[in-house]
Amino acid sequence: MAAPNDRPRPVLQTALVDAGFAGLVTFGLSFPLLAYRTEQDMQNQLVVEPRWSLSLVAVVAIFCARLLAGLIQDWRARALAIPGALVAVYGGRLALVADPATGAGVACVGLALLAIAFPLDARLRHAPAQVARSEAPDRGGLFAIGGLVALFLFPFIMLAWLGPAGSLKWINNFGVQILIYVMLGWGLNIVVGLAGLLDLGYVAFYAVGAYSYALLSTTFGLSFWICLPLAGLLAAFWGVILGFPVLRLRGDYLAIVTMAFGEIIRIVLINWTDFSNGYAGISSIPRVTFFGVPFTANDDGFATLFGLEFTPIHRTIFLYFLILCLALLTNAVTLRLRRLPIGRAWEALREDEIACRSLGVNTVNTKLTAFALGAMFGGFAGAFFAVRQNFVSPESFTFIESATILAIVVLGGMGSQIGVALAAVAMIGGTEILRELDFLKQIFGESFDPAQYRMLIFGLAMVVMMIWKPRGLISSRAPSIFLKHKRSVAGSMVREGHG
Amino acid sequence: MENFLQQLINGMTLGSIYGLIAIGYTMVFGIIGMVNFAHGDVFMLSAFIALLVFLILTQVLGIAYLPLAFLIVLVVAMAFTGLWNWAIERVAYRPLRGSFRLAPLISAIGMSILLSNFVQVAQGPRNKTVPPMFTDLIHVTDGPLSVTLSYKQILIMAVTAALLLGFWFLVQKTALGRAQRACAQDRKMAALLGVDVDRTISLTFVIGAALAAVAGVLYMLYYGVVNFSDGFTPGVKAFTAAVLGGIGSLPGAVIGGLLIGLIETFWAAYFSADYKDVAAFSVLAVTLVFMPSGLLGRPEVEKV
Repeated sequence: MAAPNDRPRPVLQTALVDAGFAGLVTFGLSFPLLAYRTEQDMQNQLVVEPRWSLSLVAVVAIFCARLLAGLIQDWRARALAIPGALVAVYGGRLALVADPATGAGVACVGLALLAIAFPLDARLRHAPAQVARSEAPDRGGLFAIGGLVALFLFPFIMLAWLGPAGSLKWINNFGVQILIYVMLGWGLNIVVGLAGLLDLGYVAFYAVGAYSYALLSTTFGLSFWICLPLAGLLAAFWGVILGFPVLRLRGDYLAIVTMAFGEIIRIVLINWTDFSNGYAGISSIPRVTFFGVPFTANDDGFATLFGLEFTPIHRTIFLYFLILCLALLTNAVTLRLRRLPIGRAWEALREDEIACRSLGVNTVNTKLTAFALGAMFGGFAGAFFAVRQNFVSPESFTFIESATILAIVVLGGMGSQIGVALAAVAMIGGTEILRELDFLKQIFGESFDPAQYRMLIFGLAMVVMMIWKPRGLISSRAPSIFLKHKRSVAGSMVREGHG
Repeated sequence: MENFLQQLINGMTLGSIYGLIAIGYTMVFGIIGMVNFAHGDVFMLSAFIALLVFLILTQVLGIAYLPLAFLIVLVVAMAFTGLWNWAIERVAYRPLRGSFRLAPLISAIGMSILLSNFVQVAQGPRNKTVPPMFTDLIHVTDGPLSVTLSYKQILIMAVTAALLLGFWFLVQKTALGRAQRACAQDRKMAALLGVDVDRTISLTFVIGAALAAVAGVLYMLYYGVVNFSDGFTPGVKAFTAAVLGGIGSLPGAVIGGLLIGLIETFWAAYFSADYKDVAAFSVLAVTLVFMPSGLLGRPEVEKV
């Protein structure tokens, strides 16, 4: 390095050097994974085909992104510049491929946004730092009630707007799917967020619940309403069994062992074909009924009974309310338990296990109840999953599911109920949305399938959100019990996750 | 007995591969106390890099002499995998250093999903079958015993042994190795004594990835087929190896790798091939529950 120099280097120069370096690294990374592609030829032999253009695109994209990030440093200006740049690229591509006039217009809008971002950044960066905001009034209750009303109205709004055929996808893929993960997130939140036990094998209990319903209903003909509590009980039982050996473990170790348990259960489900029918799974599981009234077009069906015209959407809407009620039950139980001695013991355990022991908290019982309760809700969700799909197979219970649920809990802020719900909407809704981005086909050609990039973007989102908010979306904490007034505690004061 | 010897050799071969990956886990855990969940996928990535470089060498550049091609593949795969892991550490883990403990773990899980899906999108989801190499067999017959060794197996064990020697020299005798061990013991103290901690951590990731790349090349060579989802299970098994040997201990990682390879092979040979993964995972659970510091690890003392 040169002699010490107090003057900062010009911003542009720094940004260019940085971006150039990033571009160079990207070039290295793209060789040979992007720059070449393997194909099978006629003789079934692998051949490589060069694809340097893709590598070049990646280098240019990273260079530009890095340059912009170096030049625009205020986050508000970035919030303007990032969509601006994306819109400009979209417009440019549109102009080249499909529609020059519209494309040029779109590109101009994007460039204009980008152009505004620069002076905005300069102004905001030199503005004096804002004084920390005074504490916002507690609007949590209002927000929750509004959210609940919206959730109850959601299927009817969709039905009125898109009709029975059009709304099915939205209620099923978005409503039901997201709510399953909200419920799983809330269930795991008891274990991870409240008790601080890092569980990476939660999907095992989901699987126990799903297989409980599948096997009990197909073998013994039990109805869903009998199987649901049984599934919860069995899952809780397994929660205790799997929780017992790991009582001494903490943190990352606990995560890895629970992950191993999750995988063991999955491998057993695959290989013990007499019991679970292996990879083929269990099909034709009885569908859900409206407390005994089936959703069929027959005379004794739901539609006839209530004098409605038969459509399959009735069942979907019923499933939606079923999972909504189950999720709200999880939430209600969690909120109540937090105020009971056991819940306070969980939170104390999360903060400091040694202090807990010194004060006479029975850590064994405390940990096992957390595992059992978390597992029970996982089992409920599993039974619901089985009745919704009418089919279960080990494929649905891979490690990725556990990781997704844990990511939802951590992104939500560990222990924050609203945060977990928001994170589930963002992660699951976001990846579901990717299936719908058909307009991208105009640009990248018909063979472009946005769904292919779903998990890629999912993984990227996990990394980005962790770096952006390591403590989750809602990191401040409202204490369950308090002396005079409720004062929320900043996230950095809470020490969860040490297991 | 014959079968036993044969399985012993097969298990050692597999164990060499696990041991090489396990070193990456154990070094990273030793230095920053983090389970680098993406390490298994870095290994898978290296197998793909090796496959592509091998195909480029033989098809585009027309190098027909196999040992030379193999050597080039090894070096190039080590370099580029090192670069990948350097970039991963820089982008996904360094910003989270000093953050609370779960954040890097989630980031690493995200990275693992990202890497396997990146390879799937970039190279396609199908199995990539490599043309068979070093297929000659040696039959060792000694009286009633007869064991078959393939050139591949000899090559794998020889390369592993050679690289482990070199690696041992690097850690024990060079300035980088000293800095690395110092950081593993006490990062703050090392920084106060003038060790560039960030650089040392980066280099640790690069070395770990280079060894994983060797494992990736050998894996490709041994099985002759690679797939984008091949990172997870070997990754978990290598982590098991690191835990079994005592996490943070480098010889422990190699011994753990060999043990896991042997356990898996013998389990598959004598009990049930379907449940061989269950055997490895159970070893992980049992070790952690009954012997958390592993064979050679130092027991973790918690200070209040």
